Amino acid sequence: MHDSKDFKIPIGPQHPALKEPEGFSVALKGEKILGVDIRLGYNHRGIEKAAEERTYVQDIYLIERVCGICSHSHSTCFVQAVEEIAGLAVPIRALYIRTIIAELERIHSHLLWLGVAGHEIGFDTLLMYSWRDREVVMDILAAITGNRVNYGMNTIGGVRRDIDAQQTEDILKALTILEERTKYYIEVATQETTIIKRLSGVGILSREDVLRLDAVGPTARASGVKRDVRADDPYAAYAELSFKVITDDHADVYGRTVVRVKELMESYKIIRQALKNLPAGPLTVRAPRKIPVGEAISRYEAPRGEDVHYVKSNGTEKPERVKIRAPTLANVQAVKHMLRDRYLADMPIVVAAIDPCFSCTDRMVALKEEDCARAKIINWQTLHAFSIEWYKQQGIDFTELNKKLQDKLKG
Amino acid sequence: MLGALFYILIFPGFLFLVFSGLTAEFIDRKIYARLQNRVGPPWFQAYADFIKLLAKEDIVPAESNPKMFRVAPVFALTAAITAFLYIPLWGKEALLSFNGDVIIVLYLLTLPTLAFFIGGWYSTSLYSRLGAVRSLMQLFAYEVPLFMGILASALLADTWSLKEMVIFYTAHPWFWMFNLTGFAISLVSLLGKLEKVPFDIPEAETEVVAGGFTEYSGRMLAYLRLTLDVEMVVGSSLLALVFFPFGLNLGPLPGFLLFLFKVLFILGLISLLRTVVARLRIDQMVNFCWKYLVPLALLQILLNLILKGTLLR
Amino acid sequence: MLKEVLGSIFKKPATNLYPAQKLDMPDKFRGKLKFYPERCIGCKMCMRDCPTNAITINKLAENKFEAVFDLSRCIYCAQCVDSCPKKALEPTKEVELAELDKNKLRVIFKAGDTGNSITKNDK
Repeated sequence: MHDSKDFKIPIGPQHPALKEPEGFSVALKGEKILGVDIRLGYNHRGIEKAAEERTYVQDIYLIERVCGICSHSHSTCFVQAVEEIAGLAVPIRALYIRTIIAELERIHSHLLWLGVAGHEIGFDTLLMYSWRDREVVMDILAAITGNRVNYGMNTIGGVRRDIDAQQTEDILKALTILEERTKYYIEVATQETTIIKRLSGVGILSREDVLRLDAVGPTARASGVKRDVRADDPYAAYAELSFKVITDDHADVYGRTVVRVKELMESYKIIRQALKNLPAGPLTVRAPRKIPVGEAISRYEAPRGEDVHYVKSNGTEKPERVKIRAPTLANVQAVKHMLRDRYLADMPIVVAAIDPCFSCTDRMVALKEEDCARAKIINWQTLHAFSIEWYKQQGIDFTELNKKLQDKLKG
Repeated sequence: MLGALFYILIFPGFLFLVFSGLTAEFIDRKIYARLQNRVGPPWFQAYADFIKLLAKEDIVPAESNPKMFRVAPVFALTAAITAFLYIPLWGKEALLSFNGDVIIVLYLLTLPTLAFFIGGWYSTSLYSRLGAVRSLMQLFAYEVPLFMGILASALLADTWSLKEMVIFYTAHPWFWMFNLTGFAISLVSLLGKLEKVPFDIPEAETEVVAGGFTEYSGRMLAYLRLTLDVEMVVGSSLLALVFFPFGLNLGPLPGFLLFLFKVLFILGLISLLRTVVARLRIDQMVNFCWKYLVPLALLQILLNLILKGTLLR
Repeated sequence: MLKEVLGSIFKKPATNLYPAQKLDMPDKFRGKLKFYPERCIGCKMCMRDCPTNAITINKLAENKFEAVFDLSRCIYCAQCVDSCPKKALEPTKEVELAELDKNKLRVIFKAGDTGNSITKNDK
């Protein structure tokens, strides 16, 4: 490594810019990025497979843990699919409550993103402020659902908890505070010179590229593509609520910031309407434990974009197949495109601008190594012996150390 | 001999600078935290961090050049401390003084950055090298406006010696007001020297991990961090002396308190500045320095030349 | 930005000084579970629905049951509370459950206990 003009640097799997492990290998020429290689799969947890081994009720809580930030999105998406297969008519009050939680979640996710974006461009004050204000919505969510992150609101056939009059008042009060703060953030994002300098013109993704690469969510909307499941294919109570799909023509990171902060304002509007029109009625319908044979696809507009779940049932208590397509998977290809000919300094914010959630994305990744044919299954003892041998060949002998350790354990 | 040792090792030399540097770090972090509506660190945090790092293991990467890797931090710290010996704190006398010491101080303040470059470069890690190159690239951008800002003030006093500058500004009490543009320029440039937001590009955490410091650990990292802290004290003392040269004939105690007040004011401004801006990109930073700071500094020099030709004739 | 930042100096910090200043959990919070052995009928619906198998109901005698919670497995979803037909389970506001000894995370509610006194399993 004597020539620093042209080399590859690893951003990830462990890097301060990334909140989750994901591998980006960046080829650089000076400060210019020549190309980026993305390697997914560091965070694969086998949730889809695990879902097949559990009952539908247990799966709700498993699927909820696909993502920490959009936990309600994934569980709602899954539950919608199951309800469709079972042919359940979910009470309207439950649908409204789902909508309210979904929008509260969007608020908390977007405020979180704003802070992360601030941190990525070295503006920690924005991070501290927006995360402080995010606590307001977190407290509301904790008060309604009983937890700050994994809300556990959904159950098959409805929701588990009601929103009472006191809580309605609390939410409205919190919305007033948040609205005022959001107006301030819109001002900050659109007027602070250094922020604009770092954001505008960075990570450009044209309208054509969005359509070609199938980007979703705010990433697509910032390029002028009006793509929002809430409006295109309304679920929950969205069909009965009026809201604007925010789009922007900047097509860069600045546009994505503007779209997100403006969406916050729409979310407040939606929650206010939903709380006002909240119909009376039961929270759940009785759901059978055994879901009849069938399959369904469910779509949901998560804060990061369109989330798709596919569920196939075989008439037992457990699903036969669950497939999850998290929004980040749709957007991550676009990152490579956005980084072309940019500077290394833009890398963190461009990656952050799709609001990546890598552990959601790492659902099913098959890594095919070239020497796959040689692959064989070996048991633990063989592996252990093999590793000792291998290190011996490298000139490292652990025998002494092992003996010492054994003695220490005995003594 | 003993006296000289006292000056070098204790006051205003090594020990005093270590304590004031770490205190400055605490003050900076505390103000930064309070501006962000946080609680901030307790008063002993900087000391605790320093002592902890001293107690930790030094790891020298196998690929690095161990000699250069080890020498760079010590070199940087020494240079920063030496610079302080030339700065008069309250009276007109500094510990060391000769005609042309302004240039020596600026030179000594440049050395740490070069040492960071050397340390980072010889770590041979990818992030270190990127950070090292960035810090050198940045050096060429902020150094010129910083020099011009300070030299403009020296130009008005018609001397290259800090001592004589003090004498001049004591004789002409309100002349420092003319240099306020120069102060603003130098303050912004100082942020670059201290590698603070918006100019913390060489150690931008989200891009190059810790830049040139990435491979450093233990004692050597402690020295590097101390260097930046000491540089902060030396830099703000220099700015305090050059741009606020009033009340320098008050005697030791009130003079020292006034000096402390000036330095704290500059520290506060540094913290405030880094609170309200985002980190610039290296190209934007170089652009900013050459496009805005340098022309402004030239204007300041022009103003001072005109002043010299008219008022001081 | 400058105005907001300068205003912050005079504001109280937003930070909660956590261990010194305890947090107040909302009423509906899903914390550590509480078990009422006298209400339990031993249907084991909670065991069946628990996503992490954190709960075990043991039959001690006729109409006498004990519940064993493995707090290290519990994800505090409170599905068991919903599943229980007799309301023998209840979430509490208790959240500070960290233990150095993993065995202490096994909580047993014995029949006859009021549920407040927790016998910890000492192995």
